[in-house]
Amino acid sequence: MSAIQNERELQDNSYAVEFRGVTKKFGSVVANDDVTFGVRKGTIHGIIGENGAGKSTLMSILFGLYHPEQGEILLSGALSKIKTPSTAIRAGIGMVHQHFMLVERMTALQNVVLGTEEGYWLKGGTGNVASKVKEIQNRYGLHFPLDAVTRDLPVGVQQRIEILKALYRGADVLILDEPTGVLTPGEVQDLFRVFQDLRAQGKTVILITHKLQEILSITDSVTVLRQGKSVGTYATAETDRMMLATLMVGRRPNAPPQAREPRRSDIRVEVSNLGVKDNLSIQRVFDLSFQIHAGEVLGVAGVAGNGQSELLSALAGLSPPSTGKIRLGNVEILPDHPTQPETIRKNGVGHVPEDRHRLGMMKRWTAAENSILGLHRSDRIEGVGKRIKPSKVGNWCRDLMTKHDVRPANPDLRFGLFSGGNQQKLVIGREIALSPDVLLIGQPTRGVDIGAIENIHAALLAERDRGKSVLLVSVELEEVLALSDRILVMFEGRSMGIVDRADADEKLLGLMMAGLPLADALNEKKVTVQ
Amino acid sequence: MRNHASGTIAAIVATLINIAAAFLIGALLIVAVGENPLKAFGVVWTGAFGSLKGFSFTLYYATNFIFTGLAVAVAAHAREYNIGGEGQANVSGLGVFLVGAMLPFLPWPVAIVLGIVAGMTFGAAWAFVPAYMSARRGSNLVVTTIMFNFLASLLMIYLIVNFLRPTTSMIPASGALADNLSLPRMDRFLLTLGINIHENPLNITFLVALLVCVAVTFLIWHTRWGYELRAVGENRDAAAYAGVHVPRVVIQAICLSGALAGMVGLNEVFGVQHRLILDFALGYGFTGVAVALIGNNHPLGIIPAAILFGALYQGGASMAFMFPKISREVVVVLQGLVILFAGGFVAVLRPYLTEQFDHFFTRKVA
Repeated sequence: MSAIQNERELQDNSYAVEFRGVTKKFGSVVANDDVTFGVRKGTIHGIIGENGAGKSTLMSILFGLYHPEQGEILLSGALSKIKTPSTAIRAGIGMVHQHFMLVERMTALQNVVLGTEEGYWLKGGTGNVASKVKEIQNRYGLHFPLDAVTRDLPVGVQQRIEILKALYRGADVLILDEPTGVLTPGEVQDLFRVFQDLRAQGKTVILITHKLQEILSITDSVTVLRQGKSVGTYATAETDRMMLATLMVGRRPNAPPQAREPRRSDIRVEVSNLGVKDNLSIQRVFDLSFQIHAGEVLGVAGVAGNGQSELLSALAGLSPPSTGKIRLGNVEILPDHPTQPETIRKNGVGHVPEDRHRLGMMKRWTAAENSILGLHRSDRIEGVGKRIKPSKVGNWCRDLMTKHDVRPANPDLRFGLFSGGNQQKLVIGREIALSPDVLLIGQPTRGVDIGAIENIHAALLAERDRGKSVLLVSVELEEVLALSDRILVMFEGRSMGIVDRADADEKLLGLMMAGLPLADALNEKKVTVQ
Repeated sequence: MRNHASGTIAAIVATLINIAAAFLIGALLIVAVGENPLKAFGVVWTGAFGSLKGFSFTLYYATNFIFTGLAVAVAAHAREYNIGGEGQANVSGLGVFLVGAMLPFLPWPVAIVLGIVAGMTFGAAWAFVPAYMSARRGSNLVVTTIMFNFLASLLMIYLIVNFLRPTTSMIPASGALADNLSLPRMDRFLLTLGINIHENPLNITFLVALLVCVAVTFLIWHTRWGYELRAVGENRDAAAYAGVHVPRVVIQAICLSGALAGMVGLNEVFGVQHRLILDFALGYGFTGVAVALIGNNHPLGIIPAAILFGALYQGGASMAFMFPKISREVVVVLQGLVILFAGGFVAVLRPYLTEQFDHFFTRKVA
């Protein structure tokens, strides 16, 4: 860190963008905490970190979408006055978002000039600029047909339109937020060639990613973010996979194994050769197989976005598998025989969704109404049947709240007013209330205050000791290590292998999360240890 | 402070402020045409509530508004917008008429039950096609239900003119139904007590409307189906997660909505006209949207909102009659202002007020 600071004092002007002590909070969550680093002019600079490390927030600040509470940003050595995206564009910053901002029904050219048409008449506007756009295309090798309707173009080409759009607006610094997530390997190579052309022409490229391979193969320098803090900035040549993985996930103490009931021999969950597509028909899970015994927690580790969410939603019956087979207790889910969530719940499966706000709760409902969500079709709760008796539901909710220490224990309060931790405690309490044999749980402690984490972990381990089968998906490595009996690591929708808890540590899992299959990861670990 | 109290209180306060604002603008309009607004509003008030006769008319209009308002509200709880109350009410008249025409010997207590069944069935059937297309095929319910209003209107013209009209009549209406089918009317009842309010359409259907309000309240907030309905309206992803069959509930909700609009047919055919006339439901379906908006989709809000619109219909007519300078159009503008302010602008104030009340309550809770 000090070396970098010294360097800055010598060559202040060589930074295209410099962050100094930038801090951004959302309520009590600190998204960026005193972030300080510089991006050199004419380089490809990577920003890497786990999901939630604050990468996107930082870039949104640079682009004027958010305003930091503290700290300043310097552009080419001068204090930036960016307040809105339009001032950011005028200051020469271009951003290519993870989700493209293109009007699908317009042609490529119309999308490029949209908002910067010269003259009032669109026809004249696009006519005059076509030559200008072509020139940019040639200079950076960003070739695509200008007259094609955007919606008909492949994703990789749409991305090129986005890049050209930014360059057309005079961008000198180009920010790309997870640009390769939607691309095929071939398209990724094309994109990297474009990056090199841009660098050759003196542009600065900031690449946000959580994929180590991309950092190593294309960037000149890299900044690692962890939990909102900048851990360090390095010349990429001086780093390696292992080092970046360690920096990204940090070193956490290994929790000592606890006394526990042994797992049983019966296999409760069986997934074979599972493939899942998302709602855009992009395959997200490939050929995944695993089993979970009774009284066992299978942890699924991986950087977010590597197919864990789709795995969970297939198991919960929310999206049908495209290939393979799932067996949960007595229910079978097959591609040609998709099963409704209702049936799955009836057969003893509880599900705590990853995205609590989108799936697990109704923000504007009372806690009481939320306390029977998904259980409302079971006839095992007093006052819940074809007729629902609000006062009985209130009692049910109050019991759950006492049992799981939900505060304030007021069933009539709007659920959105509870803190994340208390919401989650009630959601988990609800899902285990009817004692399901199988519990699917995603990100159990996301958006949860530290005090509640212990409660939640204890509740999950208690379920395991009662002989339940638990599938735990978490991007928190620490959490996976603390709770799991075996750990499955997912990378780009595939299993990198299943490790016993006793054989697993952060290094090994970090390597597997970066895309090394178990055997390779073990080898690489040996090498670095020597 | 039961169900999200701050939201409810905020909604009521916002609605009252907006109704006041609508009357304020209406007052300016009346000043502009050269009348005293206080006097004019006084006439609206006495016209609507000042006499037993006027009040009976107000409640008669309110009966239909309660049905169409509830219809819109039920669908709105699933976040679906059924603008087809007009057509569903129109077609329901046919169902009620057919019961009367085919079973002319029925005493009224039986007729009312069969009339309810027929009206609801026809209304629901007319809502089913748009409901199915919306839930399963993703077409826009607003557009399809509006189109079905036109279809209903044309169908009814065709049937009445070509089949139901007595051959000797030039009036586009069916022949009269048997007298024993007529529902008990308020004016007749009061006459037995020695009070004469002349011919007045208010009939027992108003009591049916109040019972339906109770039933709808029970259905939405005290049954599993209502719970699923509200889950679908609140967050469809979460509803699907909880095991709700979302498209199925959406179709059921819209059909129930059509069925409730179909109750207008009972009021008009068995209660008032004793025949099937053209366009008997004109305006009720659309005003029902405003009633539901102002009533915040809750039966307890819909009843006063329906009476408000009933009063505007009845009292507005008196105002136009009493003041030569105030034309019928001014009354329509006043109704429009109430819809615009209380229906449309209520969303402007409500979030702010909800926040204020939230602060107030959470402080108390914490």
